[in-house]
Amino acid sequence: MANPDAVGTAGEPFRMDVERGKIREFAIATGAEPPADEHPFAQPTFLTTAFFWQTDESNPWPAVELDQQRGLHAEQEYTFFGPPPRAGTRLTGQSRIGEVYTKQGRRGGELTFAVMYTDFHDETGRLVARAKLTGVETARPPAEDS
Amino acid sequence: MTTAPEPWTVGPVTRTDFVRYQGASGDMNPIHHDEEFARAAGFPTPFAVGMWQASLLGTYATRWLGAENVRSFRIRFLEQVWPGDTLTCQGKVVKEYTEDGEARVDVELTCLRQTGGTAVTVWSTFVLEGDHVE
Repeated sequence: MANPDAVGTAGEPFRMDVERGKIREFAIATGAEPPADEHPFAQPTFLTTAFFWQTDESNPWPAVELDQQRGLHAEQEYTFFGPPPRAGTRLTGQSRIGEVYTKQGRRGGELTFAVMYTDFHDETGRLVARAKLTGVETARPPAEDS
Repeated sequence: MTTAPEPWTVGPVTRTDFVRYQGASGDMNPIHHDEEFARAAGFPTPFAVGMWQASLLGTYATRWLGAENVRSFRIRFLEQVWPGDTLTCQGKVVKEYTEDGEARVDVELTCLRQTGGTAVTVWSTFVLEGDHVE
């Protein structure tokens, strides 16, 4: 069961360098043509590679305490406040727990949702992007739910 | 009026595709590559990271509308993708409009399995190039 007291919990800020080689690797892994530019723009989902920059201290998600056996990634959203980041940009990310709420599932069970926001600012302090992760805990393990 | 390119077919997809994405993204959850781990969790085989098929839709959309032009990308994960699946990435225009002096387009993107089931749906907004409103 999720912990509603997690709302507002914030992680430590973390640095994330947007690198040409990483953009190239991510492009190849997602069926895209490797970009030829010196400073290519990142793909829409590239900020998921923040995994490589985050630490336990920067990730507040465990505070939500969603059951790992019944937890699923329901939605993921990226909002860009201008062009997406490009190679050579140094971002600072910070995550915080947004909402925790419940909904009645279509099959009768209660679903618990939790939302985490991660804001990415560039070297000038401009907000470049916001990631929104929505996790859901189903009433039964996913394997029994299909 | 912009129109979506032809659907893009990917696959049959393989464990290698899943692992290459996992290495690139940094999400090394073993349920996506470790047979024994996946079976112990009640799944017949490993299955793809949902973000992989979502990212295929990102590739389809940026080929169409340009990587620099994306302004939002909202993903809903639906069905799992399994080794051997053949995926079809397609899109359609929802609306074109002007906001903050820029021409924009909202698109809906879907990644379908060969069964006809939807693996991932994306709602995304792009700025339209060469179409700035003075």
